[in-house]
Amino acid sequence: MSKSLNEILSTFNGNKSELIPILQDIQSSIGYLPEDAIIEVSKFTQVPESEIYGVATFYTQFRFLPVGKKHIMVCKGTACHVKGAPQIIEGIERHLDIKEGEVTFDLEYSLESVGCLGCCALAPCAMINEEVESNLTLKDVKKIFSRMKNNSNDKES
Amino acid sequence: MNFNELFKESVEEYDSLISGVIPVILVGSATCGKSAGAQEISAAFKAELEEQNVMAEVIEVGCIGLCYLEPIVTIIKEGMPAIFYGDVTSKQAKQLVNDYIIDNNPMIESALGTFGDKQVEGIPNLFDIPVMKPQIRRILRNCGFIDPDNIKHYIAMDGYKGLNNALDLKPGEVMEKIKLSGLRGRGGAGFPTWMKWQFCVDSKEDENYLICNADEGDPGAFMNRSLLESDPHSVLEGIVIAAYAIGAKEGYIYCRAEYPLALERLKHAISEMKKLGFLGENILGSGFNFDIKIKEGAGAFVCGEETALIASIEGKRGMPRTRPPFPTTSGLWGKPTVINNVETMASVSLIMQAGHDAFVEHGTQDSKGTKTFSLVGNVKNTGLIEVPLGTTLKQVINEIGGGIINDGMFKAVQIGGPSGGCIPESYLDTKIDYDSLTMAGAIMGSGGLVVMDQNSCMVDVAHYFLEFIQNESCGKCVPCRLGTKQMLDILTDITTGKGKAGDIELLLELAGGVKDGSLCGLGQTSPNPILTTIKYFKDEYNAHINEKRCPALLCKELINYQVIDEKCKGCMLCFRSCPVGAISGSKKEVHSINIDKCIKCGTCIELCSGMYNAIERVHKY
Repeated sequence: MSKSLNEILSTFNGNKSELIPILQDIQSSIGYLPEDAIIEVSKFTQVPESEIYGVATFYTQFRFLPVGKKHIMVCKGTACHVKGAPQIIEGIERHLDIKEGEVTFDLEYSLESVGCLGCCALAPCAMINEEVESNLTLKDVKKIFSRMKNNSNDKES
Repeated sequence: MNFNELFKESVEEYDSLISGVIPVILVGSATCGKSAGAQEISAAFKAELEEQNVMAEVIEVGCIGLCYLEPIVTIIKEGMPAIFYGDVTSKQAKQLVNDYIIDNNPMIESALGTFGDKQVEGIPNLFDIPVMKPQIRRILRNCGFIDPDNIKHYIAMDGYKGLNNALDLKPGEVMEKIKLSGLRGRGGAGFPTWMKWQFCVDSKEDENYLICNADEGDPGAFMNRSLLESDPHSVLEGIVIAAYAIGAKEGYIYCRAEYPLALERLKHAISEMKKLGFLGENILGSGFNFDIKIKEGAGAFVCGEETALIASIEGKRGMPRTRPPFPTTSGLWGKPTVINNVETMASVSLIMQAGHDAFVEHGTQDSKGTKTFSLVGNVKNTGLIEVPLGTTLKQVINEIGGGIINDGMFKAVQIGGPSGGCIPESYLDTKIDYDSLTMAGAIMGSGGLVVMDQNSCMVDVAHYFLEFIQNESCGKCVPCRLGTKQMLDILTDITTGKGKAGDIELLLELAGGVKDGSLCGLGQTSPNPILTTIKYFKDEYNAHINEKRCPALLCKELINYQVIDEKCKGCMLCFRSCPVGAISGSKKEVHSINIDKCIKCGTCIELCSGMYNAIERVHKY
């Protein structure tokens, strides 16, 4: 992990203003912000760890625990809310047997809700890794999980 | 190569493409299009073209705004107008290759509209169809027609002419043009753009900064996303012009991380600009130096507020500060800074390209020009629209939007995001401009229009916004931090059947305190959803509090699910699908729902509504 962290840090100068982009690059590469990484960033930028945590915990993008291989972000924007997003979130929670903000036991899936994905005309929407699924119904939830499971099985075989 | 030569070369390239000598297939591939399957459609076209050994170009373009019809495809063939097709499937893609591209049969029954000088009998002109006719598309003029990743397409459509014109003038003269246009900031506050620039210049510091706010935090709004994905150069050109006017050498685009495609397009567009001398040192040989950096947002709605945005770029927690000093006096790194919205920047490039006269042709006395809106919610034709300011809400919702889905009844339109309000039917003749909407208790905001029907509970809507705002409150000032929490707690009580007499009065009192006492716009406008819903929908609040009834049959604690005996066919579909086993019944016998076990997840209603409509929501009390 240190090696890839050093590669990331080598693209920056170490100024405090680079703190958020540094954390974003680390999370992009590793999937979350481990404590070791925060310590290294603190040494690199000369910003105290407490201050880095102060910044990182302010922004909802940053995670301090790993996410699942498939990270599901359900949109909770106004249009999605009006079109039934709360039912969709509950449906996914039931299907995966986890709550919002949690990861499944096998680290396959994780779930969170986000402010707005900007796909409002096709509400309700969700993003799974970087792909957006739109016009979701409870029926679709089952189909999507079935498709993802089949794709994983295909890859493994 | 000088600009005029570049323009000529670009026009030749673009004209050659759209001549259709080699057929061209444009596939709408912004985020909406992709989520509806645009990539599969592109692949289907390419596969069939290869199979049939036919030469044609498949190009991924941006969004024309008819999101409800995605995936949208445009086919250009020599001698024919461009023909648009909506709701395209992979099967249809194959058919279009064979029937139209090979056999010259344009499949009239599947076509949406045409664009160009020629007509095809049986297919209307695209801009004459009801959803398009009332629109005036200036900001969106290129969206869906050009490859957003090809700067020459933009140049061919008079792109960067605005910058070229601006660099022939003095910065003060550019500012004068913007002043004459009457352009007001498109981010929500509607502050005169030229005035903000002037304050910055008046600060007389050696360094100024320009920031383009692409955070677009308002839930329900996606106008900026669409523009950045479909025509990024229209925004970038405006940024360079604005930087020239205020004398900035460095600029930032602060774009939300939830928009990965927009970020990708921006990065590519900036690299293209640098290659052609539109960015960097000595832009277009003028001696003006300017560079742009991209900063990604990290998921904080409050960073749409100017001082919080600046703090975020500086690597800090995105917490607003008191103003004055305003950012135009002391902003980024303590230097004068102008922050302009994405659509404001696109308006600037349009004004400098086409002239301020063209801009003032549309709009009202105090709200000039056109504005993009995201028309979403329970309306038939959801998507991205552009209308002259002064168009009424009724025209937008009925003529462009096509009215309410499933022949439902209009209840309210939410405008202005969490800072805005809900407008009822009696105010549908309100003009969409900065001042008329304020009188109705709402604000234009960035342009999100969420249409609600009889199934929306207005108390739930107020609760939704307060929950959103409470999560996003930075926590710095007491009125917002504690006031929004308290207002949310009261609304939670009301929507769960625990409301009591005096709650409405307490909400109004809190709203006043939070409005007056909060540090920034987030807190100051947070009571607006409550104030407008109480003003226009007080009967719903009273029903929740006094009768424990939710008129819209939405609030879970106030409803039960029930089988309609005379409609139930005993098909057992709901029995098998209920996640908690709350439904009992055998084949061909009327089923029943155990209300103690029922979690009101909606699964049974969704299943049955497509068939027998035999399950309904009823009042609990």
